[in-house]
Order: sequence, then structure tokens, then C-alpha cells
Amino acid sequence: MLRDIDLSGFEKITAKDLPTECMVSSGHRACQGCGEVLAMGMVTKAAGPNTIVANATGCMEIISSPFPETAWKIPWIHVAFENAAAVASGVEAAVKALMRRGALKDRPHIIAFGGDGSTADIGFGALSGAFERGHKFLYVCLDNEAYMNTGIQRSSSTPYGASTTTSPAGKKSIGQHTQKKNLPLIAAAHGIPYVATASPAFYLDLMNKVRKALSVDGPSYIHIYAPCPTGWGMPGSKSIEIAKLAVQTNVFPLYEVVGGRFALTKKVAKPQPVTDYLKAQRRFRHLSDKEAAFIQQTVDGNLDYLQRLVAATNPEPAKAKKPKAKAAPAKKAAKKK
Amino acid sequence: MTKNSICAWQDLALGAAILEPGNAANLKTGAWRTLIPVLDEDKCIKCGLCAVYCPEFCITERKDGFFRPDFDYCKGCGICANECPKKAIAMVMEDK
Amino acid sequence: MPKRIGIEVSLAVADAVKMAKADVISAYPITPQTHIVEELSTYVANGELDAEFVPVESEHSAMSAAVGASAAGARVYTATSAQGLALMHEILFIASAMRLPIVMTVANRSLSGPISIWNDHSDIMTERDINWIQLFVEDGQESLELTLAAFKIAEDKRVLLPTCVNMDGFMLTHMIEPIVFPDQAVVDKFLPTYKPLLTLDPKKPATLGPVGVPEVYLEAKKQCEQALLDSLDVVKEVLAEVNKTFGRKYDLVETNGRKKAETLFVTMGSLGETCWSAVDNLIAQGQDVGQARIRLWRPFPVKEFIKACKGAERLIVIDRAISPGSVCGPVAQEIKSVFYGLKDAPEIVNIIAGIGGRDVPVADFEEMYRLAKKRKLAKTYTLWGLNSNA
Repeated sequence: MLRDIDLSGFEKITAKDLPTECMVSSGHRACQGCGEVLAMGMVTKAAGPNTIVANATGCMEIISSPFPETAWKIPWIHVAFENAAAVASGVEAAVKALMRRGALKDRPHIIAFGGDGSTADIGFGALSGAFERGHKFLYVCLDNEAYMNTGIQRSSSTPYGASTTTSPAGKKSIGQHTQKKNLPLIAAAHGIPYVATASPAFYLDLMNKVRKALSVDGPSYIHIYAPCPTGWGMPGSKSIEIAKLAVQTNVFPLYEVVGGRFALTKKVAKPQPVTDYLKAQRRFRHLSDKEAAFIQQTVDGNLDYLQRLVAATNPEPAKAKKPKAKAAPAKKAAKKK
Repeated sequence: MTKNSICAWQDLALGAAILEPGNAANLKTGAWRTLIPVLDEDKCIKCGLCAVYCPEFCITERKDGFFRPDFDYCKGCGICANECPKKAIAMVMEDK
Repeated sequence: MPKRIGIEVSLAVADAVKMAKADVISAYPITPQTHIVEELSTYVANGELDAEFVPVESEHSAMSAAVGASAAGARVYTATSAQGLALMHEILFIASAMRLPIVMTVANRSLSGPISIWNDHSDIMTERDINWIQLFVEDGQESLELTLAAFKIAEDKRVLLPTCVNMDGFMLTHMIEPIVFPDQAVVDKFLPTYKPLLTLDPKKPATLGPVGVPEVYLEAKKQCEQALLDSLDVVKEVLAEVNKTFGRKYDLVETNGRKKAETLFVTMGSLGETCWSAVDNLIAQGQDVGQARIRLWRPFPVKEFIKACKGAERLIVIDRAISPGSVCGPVAQEIKSVFYGLKDAPEIVNIIAGIGGRDVPVADFEEMYRLAKKRKLAKTYTLWGLNSNA
């Protein structure tokens, strides 16, 4: 169902007032050039200090919390692999109950972080349950497209053709032979108020999506592209470059779904061929021209599908957009006073 | 026998929680570095993109307006150099 | 004034949780736990209980949400049974390791397979090592009072551990019994508002559940186990306060029948009441027999149990679960290790009875006694009521 979502609490970030206080400290143990920790840091910058984090088991949990040191400057809880959404549900329920009986004053933001394994695979049921129940929290999937923490095993979010340690390319295999599970669309199918994809390369877009997600009344989901130099086979220095390329090639389109209405937040005027993306990573190096052509076809098809969703859910794009653009700055100005 | 232990069990916080926020800063990950970013101040336009994209969150704006890393933490990944719009950062082998 | 009402025991447990003013209830329905959570959700729906009822999509999430809510500082309750408890398994250890005073009712039911909704203790016996306080109740009044007591025990600063109250599925949960309800004001005094020591507080950010590297894992485990061992005295204190507040007296191990009897039945849970009738019958027949009923299963009250068995030459330990491949059932294993190496240790025979809801009438206990006395029972254990061609 299409519905109007109240975004009046959304405080937009611009390049000039970029928040710089990261709630993940230096001294964390992520690999050199880790795009995942970078993206997670950006999320926390946008969210600010009044935030509680529930973290699924995975790279981000391991690199941020080996006893006796924590990289976390905000309250953080790790319970297990498959339950970050359920833990966040409990935190949210407690926050509501405690606020009602006056034991808590400021309502904190609640963010759950999970990798693609904990989100698309083992924690899928818990995620769906939390969305359906309508808890006010943000779930962020940091998608590095395989189980990197345990040594690059395939997940249901690993893209077609990628070689991993459990979907290795070989004489009889092209590597991963299934298509990447489309989590943002599955999230949107729950009818939650806000869903988006984001990339650390487009940091303003990412942080504003976090701000929007945290402003809605109900669950929100952001699926973030998280480059992994170690798992993908590329130099650490290329993490942002590859993230930009993923968007420029339409491999990872940036969009949001607000109240069921799809909108592309980054329109790629002249898409680069997908081979530019594939060739830059060792995980795709074994693919033939024919296979690359098939991937190009899939990428084009996925974009076409997305554009159809945009068209189908926005019957009057011009009219719908104009008042929004006017209303937002006016409200912000009022708040500053 | 207890040599390999961090502390006595009685000294642990409840549930072995960590109560000092961000004390990972005690770990100087700069030791992981082989290449070090070197800034060419003549080329730098002080845009701060290097800070935005630093996965160590260790590049900050200094008094002179330049953005520089804290080498206690810089792992030398080279994202800053790669993303610098003016190519003002060079990654060079560090003398240790 | 306390009120005496004829009520289904499950509903009385729900009333206890209501009177305890739980902040968050996260639960997933499973027979025979359902009546408890249905009643609680009704209380929340009617505004009689100002709590968040989180109708989760699985028991795994029920316990996970309970952990999140408890870590955020709420008083948390859940209830489950059998397969549900098994699905929670992973998180049960984490709840205790994080020192979260969650209270859970386990409506004891047989574990599949084959699937069975009927009663035995195979669900909780699989979870002996979760580092939770584990109580067993025998009747409705006790179910209500020990549910209230469970919160008080769990939340005691010397304890801070999750606590489960085991009650036999159907055999107790679905019984209608006369139960005396205390006044809310009395409960409020007995169980003040929960004030957590450590929570997810943005003003005092803590990292809960960090990676337990080899240099700390053992110490973390020790902290958790010591809290469980220390809880024994707190359980005693709270039971004494229950006695003072509500009037009924509860011990860690209860005894009935003849004092210093030659033969003692050892029971845990509601089968104890059936056994009690048999013990009375046997005494009437001139037999020297008594009974010890275990109320606190974890931490196991070693001293209290040995004291309760003083003078006995023979223990007939009734287990409600099989421990496949072991020497006997889990309760008998525990008791054998308690007595190992002690002078004048009694002979210990083990009967595994009432498995998967198999009926164990009074006469059966009398039969067990006669067989034990004639030493006609297996040295290991006897599967009571087994239909065999041998």
C-alpha cells in the first residue's frame, strides 16, 4: 500500500554541516581499507550519541569488541549471530515501557547492525518478525556479499559468478551460481515506512538516509554496500573506488522506498559496462566474456525492474516532489531558531 | 598458571562488560602500516574528503586547516590517497 | 485481604506476572504454555498490565528480545516449553553470561521425537548447564508464589541471574486449584521496582557481550557460576520472606512421611504429590518410608539434600527424563555424585517414570517400593511402564 510517511523529524545533513563525531573509535581491528567499518562509522555519525546499537555476530562485532577493549562510544550489545533484530525489538519494547513509567526520559535511537549472512540467511526470520511487529528501530545490513569473518564463504547475498571458499570457481562451476537475494525489496514488501540502499562512496546520501530512517515512526531498513578488500580480492585503497563503480555500473543502484514509493536517489546518466566492475576484483576474475555478458543482462534487467517500480509507485512524480522540496528547508529554518 | 589471564574474575565488570567507552584507542593500529600517506600541502585544497573516507576515523582537521591522520591509528590503506580529488596524497614506504 | 479463588494454575502464574508488574513480556505460543501468555496478552490489551507484549516469531527471538529488553533495564518475563526451550538453547547461556534477571516459566513437556505435547522433564534436563536458577513447583499456590519469588531472587544484586520456574505441563499448568491471591500492596512491598546495575544507557555507554578472548573467557564463566552458587543463600532468604509475607513455608528440599525412614522416594515436580499419597499408604501398611522433594534444582542444594536423606538406607530416585547412554537418569546422576565417597551413603535406585505423559498412579509407587525393597530393580535404572517382549 502506498502511504504518506511523516518525515517532519528529518534533519537533513549538507556537505557543510557534516557530522564528524564517529561513535566507533580508532583502534578497531578491521582490515586495512575496510569499507564495512567505514560505512558503519558513517551511520553512527549520522545517528549521534543518543543511540543504542545491537550488533549481530560477524566482522563488525569481532573487530570492535575483543575484551578488554571496545571501539564503541555508545551503548552496544552483542548477543548472537541470528538475532540482532530480535534483540533490538526487546530494547525497543523496554524503552517504550521504561518511558511510560518515567524511568527513561530521552528516547534513544535503536540501530541493529548485521552483515549479509546474519541478515539474509541466519537472521532472516528474526528480521522479518521485527519488521512485521512494527518496532521503531533501524536495521542496517552491511553487505560485503559473503561470510568474511569466517573466511569468505558464500551467503545468499553473494552475487552470481563470485568465487568464494564455498562457491569456488572450478572446471564445473562458475562460482556462485545463484542470484543475489534482494533484501531491500523483501524489506519493502513488509510495508515498513522506510527502506533504502546506500553506499559509503556516497556518504551524504548514506547519512541522510540514516537520518530519514531514524525519523520515521516504525521500522526502517538500510542495505549498505560494504566493500571488502580481503574477500573480494582488491587493494584496500580501492574500497571507495569499487563502491563508486558498483553504482556507476548499476550493479548496486541507490534508491529509497518511502511509504511504498520507490525513488532512485542517484541516477546514473552514462552507466559504465559491468566488466569494469568485474575486472577490478579477484572474485570475478575467472568469468568468461559470455558470463560477463549474462551478468550485464541481469544488471540491466534489475535496473529496468526498479525503474518500473519507480514509475508504478509515483503516478505524479512532478507534483509529489515540489511541495516536499519547499517544505523541508522551511521547517529546518524554524528548528534552528 | 594465571599468567595468560587479563584479570582476576572478581575484578570483571558484571557479565564481563566493558565500561570504558572507546578504549580500543589504546590499541595503536598504526603499527600495521607499511605505506604512509604523505600530504602535498601545495596541492591540497582542504576539502576533507580524506577524513570522510578514512576507515580508521583518524583524519581530523588541524588548526592550519589541513586534514591529517593520527599516525597512531593510520593503517596505511591508501583510500585517502586514492580518493583525493587533487592527488595531493602519496603513499610511500615508511621507514621504521 | 488475600482472596481465595478456584483457578487454572496457568492463569494464576499470569496473575503473578501481572502483580510483579513486568515491563516486557516476549513470548511465542507453545502447548502447554499458551494459557499463561494468552492471559498476559489479555491483561496488556485491557490495560490491566502496563507492559509491552512482544509477540515474537519464534522462541529464539523470544529469548533474544528478553535479553535485549532486560539489558535495557526492564523487568522481563517469558514462558515456554519443550521444543521452544530447545530453540532458545543458544541464547539461554548468553542471558546468564550477561547476568540478566529474566524470569521464565517452563511448562515442562517431552522433547520430540516422536513429537509429544505431554509431560516429562526432558526439556529442562537438556538445559541443566545454562547457569540459570532452576526451581520446580508442585502445586498452584506454589506456582504463584514462586513466580513472584523468582523475580526477587533473580534481581537480587548478589545474584542477577535468569531464573526459571519449572511446572509440569498439563499435570500442573492446566489443573484448577484453589489459590490464595495476595493483595497488590503486599506484592509491591515484597517485590519493589527493579533497579538494574548496568544497562544500555547512552549517558553511561557500556559494551555488553564483547568477545571473550582466551585470556578472559574462563574468568567470565567463573563470575557467572559463582553468582549461581551464591544464589543458594539468596533463594533461602527469599523463601523465608515468602513465608513471612504469604504464609506458606518452602524449603530447598522438602520431606514428608516417616522421619529418618529406611527408604526414601526422591521426586521433583508435581509427581511428588502422587508419590506422597503412596508414601502415606505404605506407612499405613507399616512400612518405614518417607520422601524428599527437590524444589531447587540449580544450584543443587547439596547440604540440604544430604540432610534430608540422613538415616536413609535406600533412595528411590524418580527421574522424568532419560539421559541416553549414561548410567542413569539425570536426577539420579546428580544424587549419586552428591553421595560419592560419603560414609553411610544410601543405596540409590533409579526409576525413570512418567515419560512422554505416561500415567504414574499411586499404586505404581507402592509397586516401585516393593520391588526396590526386594532388590528386584536394575542396578542402573528402570524404565517404568515399558512394554517389552523381553
